[in-house]
Amino acid sequence: MIFAVILVLIVLGSVIFHVFSPWWMTPIASNWSYIDDTLVVTFWMTGIVFAAIVLFMAYCLFRFRHVEGRKAAYEPENKKLEIWLTVATTVGVAALLAPGLYVWGQFITVPDEATEVEVVGLQWQWNFRLPGEDGKLGKSDTDLISFDNPLGLDPDDPNSADDVVVEADDLHLPIGKPVKMLLRSIDVLHDFYVPEFRAKMDLIPGTITYFWITPTRTGEFEILCAELCGTGHGFMRGIVLVDTDEDYQTWLQEQSTFTELTLNDHIKTASRAKP
Amino acid sequence: MVEFTPKAAGAVPPAEVPDVELYHPTNWWTKYVFSQDAKVIAIQYSGTAILVGLIALVLSWLMRLQLGFPDTFSFISAEAYYQFITMHGMIMVIYLLTALFLGGFGNYLIPLMIGARDMAFPYVNMLSFWIYFLAVLVLVSSFFSPGGPTGAGWTLYPPQAIMSGTPGGQDAGILLMLISLVLFIIGFTMGGLNYVVTVLQCRARGMTLMRMPLTIWAIFTATVMALLAFPALFVAGVMMLFDRLLGSSFFMPALVELGERLEYGGGSPILFQHLFWFFGHPEVYIVALPAFGIVSDLISVHARKTIFGYRMMVWAIVIIGALSFIVWAHHMYVSGMNPWFGFFFATTTLIIAVPTAIKVYNWVLTLWRGDIHFSIPMLFALAFIVTFLNGGLSGLFLGNVVVDVPLSDTMFVVAHFHMVMGVAPILAIFGAIYHWYPKIAGKMLDDTMGKIHFWITFIGAYAIFFPMHYVGLVGVPRRYPEIGDMSFVPESINELNAFISIAALIVGAAQVLFIFNLLWSIRHGKDSGGNPWRATTLEWQTPTTPPPHGNWGQNLPVVYRWAYDYSVPGADEDFLAQNDPWPDKPDGAQA
Amino acid sequence: MSVILTFLLVIFCFGGWWLTKNHFLSKPWLEHGAPAASVDSDASHRQTAKIGLGVFLAVIGSLFAIFTSAYFERMGLPDWRSFQLPRLLWVNTGMLIACSAALHCALIDARNGFLVPARSGLAIAGVAGLAFVFGQLAVWVQLVNEGLGVSATPAVTFFYLLTGLHGLHILGGLVALAMTCASAWRTTAISELAPKIELCTIYWHFLLAIWLAMVVVITGWAEDIVVTCSQLF
Repeated sequence: MIFAVILVLIVLGSVIFHVFSPWWMTPIASNWSYIDDTLVVTFWMTGIVFAAIVLFMAYCLFRFRHVEGRKAAYEPENKKLEIWLTVATTVGVAALLAPGLYVWGQFITVPDEATEVEVVGLQWQWNFRLPGEDGKLGKSDTDLISFDNPLGLDPDDPNSADDVVVEADDLHLPIGKPVKMLLRSIDVLHDFYVPEFRAKMDLIPGTITYFWITPTRTGEFEILCAELCGTGHGFMRGIVLVDTDEDYQTWLQEQSTFTELTLNDHIKTASRAKP
Repeated sequence: MVEFTPKAAGAVPPAEVPDVELYHPTNWWTKYVFSQDAKVIAIQYSGTAILVGLIALVLSWLMRLQLGFPDTFSFISAEAYYQFITMHGMIMVIYLLTALFLGGFGNYLIPLMIGARDMAFPYVNMLSFWIYFLAVLVLVSSFFSPGGPTGAGWTLYPPQAIMSGTPGGQDAGILLMLISLVLFIIGFTMGGLNYVVTVLQCRARGMTLMRMPLTIWAIFTATVMALLAFPALFVAGVMMLFDRLLGSSFFMPALVELGERLEYGGGSPILFQHLFWFFGHPEVYIVALPAFGIVSDLISVHARKTIFGYRMMVWAIVIIGALSFIVWAHHMYVSGMNPWFGFFFATTTLIIAVPTAIKVYNWVLTLWRGDIHFSIPMLFALAFIVTFLNGGLSGLFLGNVVVDVPLSDTMFVVAHFHMVMGVAPILAIFGAIYHWYPKIAGKMLDDTMGKIHFWITFIGAYAIFFPMHYVGLVGVPRRYPEIGDMSFVPESINELNAFISIAALIVGAAQVLFIFNLLWSIRHGKDSGGNPWRATTLEWQTPTTPPPHGNWGQNLPVVYRWAYDYSVPGADEDFLAQNDPWPDKPDGAQA
Repeated sequence: MSVILTFLLVIFCFGGWWLTKNHFLSKPWLEHGAPAASVDSDASHRQTAKIGLGVFLAVIGSLFAIFTSAYFERMGLPDWRSFQLPRLLWVNTGMLIACSAALHCALIDARNGFLVPARSGLAIAGVAGLAFVFGQLAVWVQLVNEGLGVSATPAVTFFYLLTGLHGLHILGGLVALAMTCASAWRTTAISELAPKIELCTIYWHFLLAIWLAMVVVITGWAEDIVVTCSQLF
C-alpha cells in the first residue's frame, strides 16, 4: 500500500524534477541540434515508458495486495499479449534507432568544404595547429618532438612551413564555416570535449581521429578533457572562441607560423650561445 | 516433448542419481576453513565479497565528500581521488558483484535448487575460493604498496595506466591490480566449471532443464558467459603486464612523456579497449542476469503466482547472454575507432533492449492478479524493477550512438551504470539475502531493521542517482575530482552535488544496520522453520534447516513439477513443492 | 576480433543444438510427474569428469581464440615485422604429434584390456611431452641468442607469449599424465584406468590442435590462406 504510493510519488517527483529543475543541456553553439532533438525525443519516449510501467506496477500493488482469502490467478503465459508487447517494443526501439543512425550518418560524413584544424593533446594542455595559407597541414611524427618543435612537425615537409602553431593558448574558430577537427595525442588518451559543441572524440596516441562541426554562435567556450589522462585530467582545460570572420582574421594575423617559431628559436639559441 | 508416464511417476523409487562422493571433513579446519561443502564455500565467498565491498563503500563516501564539498578535505588529492574511483569500481564490479552472485549465490543455490548433494568437483570448488581470497589479498595489499593503488580508472586504459602521470602507473599499483585480476580469473574459472557441470550433470531425477527455477537458469547462463568472456580480460591483462614489465609494445604507441621519448612504438591503445570491453560488456550481464533470475523467483514466491511467461523469460536470458557478446563497442563510440562500427553496434545494442524489456513486462505482469505479500525480499525485488527500469531506459540514450556523443564520459554515464548495474543488482542481492537467510541460518532477519534498511536504501539510492543524470546532462565530465569554475555549469550544481553526497552518506550508513542485522539475527532472530515463505523450489524442502553437508539426508528428492506451481486451481495449498507428486499420492502412501 | 567471434558462433551453435535437444520449447507447467527415467540416467562420475573437461577446453579455446584475435589486430599495424622461426619448432611439433599418437594407442590398448602396452604408450607419451617442453625452451634460448629477446618486436613478444601460455597448459597436461601413469603402474584393473587415459588423451589432442592452430598463425600461413581465399571469390 505504502509502496504503491511511493511509486506514484517517484514518478511524479521524477517528472517534476525533470520539468522544473534548472539543470539542462547548455545552449548549443554548433550545427548538431539534431543530436539535441534525438536526445529530447528519447527523453519523451523513455519517460512515458517509465511512467507507464511504474504506475501500472503501483496499481497492481494496490489492487492485488494480500488480503485474507485472496488467491492469485493461475496464468503461466499469454502468448498473444507477449507477442503484442514484443512487437510494440521492437517498433519503439526501431523508432529511436532510425533517427539516431540517420544523424550518425551525418556525424561521420565530413563536408568537402570543411577546413582542417589539428588539436594536439598532451599531459595536461591543449595545443592547436592551423593549416596556414596553403590550406594543408604538414606531416608530423612523434619522433620529431623536441623542445623547439613541441608538436613534432616535419620540417622537411613543405606544407609544414606555413602551419600556424598555437601552443597552450586559446583556439579561435570562424563562425558558420564547417571545420574538421583532427585529433592527435603525443602521450596518453585524451578527449576533446566542448559541451556547447555536443560533439566529442578521443585523442589516441599513434592515430589521428576526427570529428566535424560548424560553429553557429560566437562566444568563448571551455575545452575539457573527457578521457581520464592521469592526475591532471580534471585540470586539463582550454578555451575555444568562436569569432566573426573579421575577428578571426585579426587573430590569425597575430599567430606565428612554424617557420617563424623555429627561426625565433634559432635566434634565441644563437643569442644565448654568443656570450 | 518428453514422454511423461504419470503412472510410472508415482512408482518411481526415490533412486539415487549416482552420488557425488562426498568428502567428509575430519576436523575443524576441513569443516569450516578448507571446507569442500558448497554451502560453506558460498558463505566464505559472500563474506569476503561483502567485506571487500565495504572497503569500496567507504571509498565511495570519500569520493562523494570530495565532490559534494570540494576544497574541504585536504587529504583527498587528485591522485587519491583517482585511486578511490579505480578501486571502488573494480572492487564493486568484480570482487563484490561477480563474486557474490556466482561464487556466493551460485555455490549456495545451485546444488540445493537442482537437488544435488554438492558441486560436481568439490575440491576444485574449494581451490576456487582460496584463489579468489588470494586475489582479494593482492588487491587490498596495493593500498599499502609504495605509491598506493593504481588510479587508472577501472577500465585501466593504456597508455596512461602504465605511465608515471597516473598514480601507481610506474609503481606497484597497476602490477598488483593486474596480478589480482589474473588470479581472480583463474579462481573464477575453477568455480565456473563447477557451476556449469553441476547444472548439467547433477540435477535430481525429474529436474528437466525447463523445470529449473529462473535463478538457476540465470546463474548458469551468466557463468557460461563469464567463462567465455573473462579470458579476454586475462589476455588484455597479461599483454599489459608484458608492456609494463618487459617493455613490449602491444598497446603502446610511440609517445613522449614530459618531453622524453619513451621506448615504446607501434602499439594500439584501441586494441586494449576492444579486448577490455569484449569482456566488459558481457560482464555487465554477468552481474545483471543473476539479478534477473533472483528477482523473478522472489516476485513469483511473494506474489504467490506463477512467473508470467516462464519460457519467454528463459529464452530472454539465453538471448541476452548471446547478444551481449556483440555489443561491446558501444562503450567506444567516441574512442576514435572506425566510425562505421557505430551503425552496427548501435543496432545490436538496441536489439538487446527488446528481450530485456520483455523481462520487465513479465515481472510486472506477474504482479497482475497476484496475491502480493509485502515481505522484505518482495520490497527489494519491486525496488529492483523500478531502478533497473530507470537504468535500462537511460541505456537507450547511451546505446543510440549519436545521442551518446554528448553524454559519453559525463556524469550521465556514471548515473546510468550505477542505476542499472550498481543499485539494481545490489537491491536484488539484498532481496536474495533476506529471502534465503532463513535457509542459511534457520532464523528470520529482523523485520523492523529490514524495513528501515530497505526504505533508506531504495529511496536514498534513487535520490543519489536520478539527479546525477542531470549533472551529466549539464555537461559535467566524469572522473573529475572537482568541477571548479566551468563556465557552462550553473552555480546551483554544487548544491545538487552536496545533496547527492549527503544522500550517499546516509545510504552507506544504512548498510551498517544491515550488517548488524545479519549478525544479530543469527542468535536473536525468530526461528524460521524449513519453508517460511511457503515456496515451491527444492531448497526449501530439505529435511533439516539449515541443510547439513550433503543436503538431502538419505534420499535425493524426485522432482514432479516445474518451479512455479503457485495458486494451482484445485490444490489445497497455494503452492505445490517441486517434489510434491500431487495429484498422485506420495510414495510412502502407496504402500 | 573475427577469430573469437567465429569461435563463439561455434559454441553458441552447439549450445543452441543442446537446448533444442533438451526440449527448450516445451511447456513445463503442463508436464506433471517425474520422467520415467532420469534425464541423466547414464550419468556417472566419468561422464561428469568428461563434461567438465569439455567445458574447460572451451574456456582454453576461448583464451587462445582471443589471443589470436589480438595477434591479427596487432599484425595489421604498420610496424609489424615477422621473423625467421627456428627450425627446431618443427621437431617440437613432431614430438607433440608423437605424444598424442602414443596416448591414443594407449587408450585403444586400455579399452581392449591390454595393460602392458597401455603402460608403454603412456610412458612414450610422457617422454615425448617432456621432449616438447625442453624443445620449446631450446627454441627460446635460440631466439635469445639470435638477439630476439622478449621485447624485440611485437611478433617476437607474441611468440614468447603464445608458446609460454601453451607451455603452461602442456605442463598441466604433464602433471595429469604423470598422475595417470602412477595409477597405471599401481593398478591392474584396466577398466578403471581407461577413463583416466581417455581424459588425458582428450586434453593432449586438444593441446595439439591448439598448437597446430598457433603454428598456422605464427608462420603467417593463416594470413596467406585468408588472402588466397579472398582472391578466389
